[in-house]
Amino acid sequence: MESYALHNAWLAALLAGAVFGLLGFFVVLRRLAFIGVGISHSAVAGAALGLTAGLAPMLSAGLVTVVTAAAIAGTGRDKLGEDTAIGIYLAATMGLAALALGASAEHSHELFDYLFGDLLSVGPADVALLAAAAAVVVVSVGLLFRRLLLVSFDEELARAYGLAVGRLDLALLLLLSLAVLVGVRVVGGLLVSGMLVVPAATAALWTSDFRRQIPLAVALSIGCCLAGLALALRFELSAGGTVVTSAIAAFALSLAFNRTRG
Amino acid sequence: MSNPLQAAVDFEQVSVILDGRTVLEDISFTVGRGRFVGIIGPNGAGKTTLLRAMLGLVQTAQGRVSVLGVVGYVPQRNSAPHAFPASATDVALMGRLSRRHGFRATEQDLEAARLSLEQVGMAAAAGRPVATLSGGEFRRVMLAQSLAAGAELLVLDEPTSGLDLPAEQEFYSLLGRLRSELSLTVVAVSHDLLALGGQADELICINRRIHLHGNPEEVVHSHAIQEAYSCEFDFIAGEIARHSGEPGGA
Repeated sequence: MESYALHNAWLAALLAGAVFGLLGFFVVLRRLAFIGVGISHSAVAGAALGLTAGLAPMLSAGLVTVVTAAAIAGTGRDKLGEDTAIGIYLAATMGLAALALGASAEHSHELFDYLFGDLLSVGPADVALLAAAAAVVVVSVGLLFRRLLLVSFDEELARAYGLAVGRLDLALLLLLSLAVLVGVRVVGGLLVSGMLVVPAATAALWTSDFRRQIPLAVALSIGCCLAGLALALRFELSAGGTVVTSAIAAFALSLAFNRTRG
Repeated sequence: MSNPLQAAVDFEQVSVILDGRTVLEDISFTVGRGRFVGIIGPNGAGKTTLLRAMLGLVQTAQGRVSVLGVVGYVPQRNSAPHAFPASATDVALMGRLSRRHGFRATEQDLEAARLSLEQVGMAAAAGRPVATLSGGEFRRVMLAQSLAAGAELLVLDEPTSGLDLPAEQEFYSLLGRLRSELSLTVVAVSHDLLALGGQADELICINRRIHLHGNPEEVVHSHAIQEAYSCEFDFIAGEIARHSGEPGGA
């Protein structure tokens, strides 16, 4: 039974790692790190609201992240600017989470799992959800890759070629919401935004060719998820913490090596 | 196949209102196929809005804009986004692949990119990361991107801003060669009216509405240009001095 649970944990780490690395490439390329923070924190708020209202926390987290992503995509294009819009939604969702928790303190322990993840409690249904989410992300990025690359290069140029930049932005943010949901069970809502940035940023230190950068980001992300899980099991630590710390260690080593190399 | 007798660009009584302000008013002109038309005017005159209307990026409040064939756009920028992880070839392919699903470029696409880079004299830099290109090299790659997409009309926004004089002259000489070899139509916006005037077949001077439209010699030496620039002194003399490198001509 225990080995079966571990089997699910390893699979979840593998799938989540692939999603983080692939989408992380665009998060770093398009400077969306703060958007990742906004969306991932909204997942925590969604889970808190679900726990308080007696709904499935993953369902409520999913709803809140999608609504937040769509709202950021919409408001960011207005006069406010994207960072201000994210700041406002971040404050709103965290305020809601605090209120929800205050109303039902008995759920605070459960919410901790959504804050920092609990890889070891991942079940077959979670793994199936992760696999479906990973498939959607891989297929969508595969189909939209050239358009997303052009929009990342120059939005005005993309528009001149007839691309619907707003819709592509929305599609990317919805994929990020999916990645956040995937990550909430693995590393938690507070740390998932880190995994959407750090492995891809590490890959960018090593190569300036997207054909190498993307597979490297995916490999690093999977490696850090698996290494983090192994460390968590070996030393009985929180898997969310060990996964993100592994990613930070890989980044720090890469940065040091690249600086030494000049 | 486009009708060779049709204009490449046709603006008919076009007005554009942005945030309640009339930016362009009653603009009418045509650009014949194979012509090079320069758009000049002071800051805030609506030059870039005019280009954006041509590209279909702003809605017109009134009038009609027609553009024939594939349009290649070279935006006003001197470099790629910081650390952008793509080569000159990847950028040359961007327009061509912009509406394509999937990841891979075909042999035909790669051949088109190779040819377009060769046409702009950047074949040797095909594999270089685009973030390492100089301003002049980057502009050439952006031209290649339009050519690889099959553009018949090039729309250039401040094509030589940030370039030094030799790089500017090199760019316009390349543009002239491409025009004659590929029968391209060019519409360019620039602050540098003398540089543009030296290259274009026609100049259109706008300041919300069209003040002058004619051959560069007529436009540059017309008294109406001072009115369009809301400028009482003879700034053209200063511009001429600046271009010829004379002291005090800045």
